Amino acid sequence: MALTTSEVARLAQLARIDLSPAELAHLAPQLDVILESVASVASIATADIPPTSHALPLTNVFRDDVSGPSFPAAAMLAGAPASEDDRFRVPRILGEEA
Amino acid sequence: MASGILQSSAADLASLIASGDLSSVEVTQAHLDQIAAVDGDVHAFLAVDTDRALAAAARVDAKRASGETLSPLAGVPIAVKDLFCYEGLPTTAGSHILEGWVPPYNSTVVNRLLANDLVILGKTNLDEFAMGSSTETSYWGPTHNPWDLTRIPGGSGGGSSASLAAFEAPLAVGTDTGGSIRQPASVTGTVGVKPTYGGTSRYGVIAMASSLDQPGPCARSVLDAALLHQVMGGYDPMDSTSIHAPLPDVVGAARSGDVAGMRIGVVKELGGEGYAPGVEQRFGEAVELLTSLGAEVVEVSCPHFVHALATYYLIMPAEVSSNLARYDAMRYGLRVGDDGERSTEEVMNLTRGAGFGEEVKRRIILGTYALSSGYYDAYYGSAQKVRTLISRDFQAAFEQCDVLVSPSTPTTAFRLGERVDDPLAMYKADLCTIPSNLAGNASGSFPCGLAPEDGLPVGFQVMAPPMADDRVYRVGAALERALESRWGGPMLAQAPRLANSLVVSA
Repeated sequence: MALTTSEVARLAQLARIDLSPAELAHLAPQLDVILESVASVASIATADIPPTSHALPLTNVFRDDVSGPSFPAAAMLAGAPASEDDRFRVPRILGEEA
Repeated sequence: MASGILQSSAADLASLIASGDLSSVEVTQAHLDQIAAVDGDVHAFLAVDTDRALAAAARVDAKRASGETLSPLAGVPIAVKDLFCYEGLPTTAGSHILEGWVPPYNSTVVNRLLANDLVILGKTNLDEFAMGSSTETSYWGPTHNPWDLTRIPGGSGGGSSASLAAFEAPLAVGTDTGGSIRQPASVTGTVGVKPTYGGTSRYGVIAMASSLDQPGPCARSVLDAALLHQVMGGYDPMDSTSIHAPLPDVVGAARSGDVAGMRIGVVKELGGEGYAPGVEQRFGEAVELLTSLGAEVVEVSCPHFVHALATYYLIMPAEVSSNLARYDAMRYGLRVGDDGERSTEEVMNLTRGAGFGEEVKRRIILGTYALSSGYYDAYYGSAQKVRTLISRDFQAAFEQCDVLVSPSTPTTAFRLGERVDDPLAMYKADLCTIPSNLAGNASGSFPCGLAPEDGLPVGFQVMAPPMADDRVYRVGAALERALESRWGGPMLAQAPRLANSLVVSA
């Protein structure tokens, strides 16, 4: 199975990353080699083995339902690329065709 | 004077500060001077916090003068990997996408350092978002290994390990997802420990792969690492995966170093082809040394460890692709192409294309693939099952042994540039360290000599069951004591002197 540049382009689109044609041409064969080298896991993962998502057994942890102080808006907006009226300013959320 | 300060252990500095023989200001200034002298060549630091460090040091001196009881590492300088949020300084994770971002809160680890009056010197370099084994993926350029400036200092925490080996700081904190504390420690002749998963808080640490990431101590001696472990570790309600139990007695174990009667298992699968002869030689000698100290050494097999790298390179990218989705150019960090015309999605795509480096893109795309419909079962699903098999290998081995040992990484420090365009070769640097991240157990790397073929440091890895971190320190301390008496001093005394260094060899 070979990963083509058009498949990598589609994955990059899913991951919301613009890649130049040069980057696609560079990444596709590298990703292909990596995928080939990790494919072995499928051959030993038989149906009877339970999956592990986490190193140690975890249970849900809840804190007490009490209100605490929040970060001031100014502190949160200080690192924002753009802000307006105490809010994050974002580009328009709908495309041309909408 | 400065040279003596720079070569001292953190434990010694703390007691000299506590007794008033040295002031924290003197100690801090000596390290700031050393950074100014050598960091142009080493490039361990991304930011140096001179004014706040000196002010913090002066506060420690004032506390001492007023007769206040000081905590065990009070007044001792420390370097912090640029993955930990620390108010007032940029936290970049080595990435363009976070250039100039100043966090609005502190990580728990930083808060504990400050509460214990450690003096934070600055932030250290790392591979971008901690993805790499050489610091070469840092947007800010690589760090250089103080043993040989043309070689890698390990990664991702190469800034922290190099700052120790260059005597710019006596202590540092790192994070370890697949070996990012231990492999840099190994190639710089320093000590680094990855605690049991959940033993140190991840709150305020920029996430890479959340089921694997773990902060830990970096130092030049086993006792110093244990003292730092005790300061930074322990339960934190702000981290939902934090273990609600007391820390094992790591400091007691580091002071004891008694391995008599301990059962030590040499992992058969972590050696042989692909391992440098000098690495295998020094590792073998260290095992013999432990035997001579009364440990009982056996060979054990962990048959699924050969699949650990493949398992890791599915689970980690999957978590990476999810964690790094938050860099969306909306609330913080870089924003590219916001011209009033482009949509949010277009701006997001442009920003992530411009803000992430090659290795980060590689892993996000790999993770996106492993999680995508139609491939999930074959890739991510299978990897989760093999993760179970690797944990079972550990469990079976720990029924026979108190600890498992191996080289920390298959080779000594390779040359900068040598593996940058060969991802698989780069990934193999973490061959020995990855199993402990997948299983969540404690693991550390300790200097065990110089490889005869290139004169570069070799690391000895000790792996212990979850919550038995003390055993890692016990074995590390035994090894350190025996080897230093053989060498007549610490291994770093054999490192070449850096140009302009304020350290004068004895």
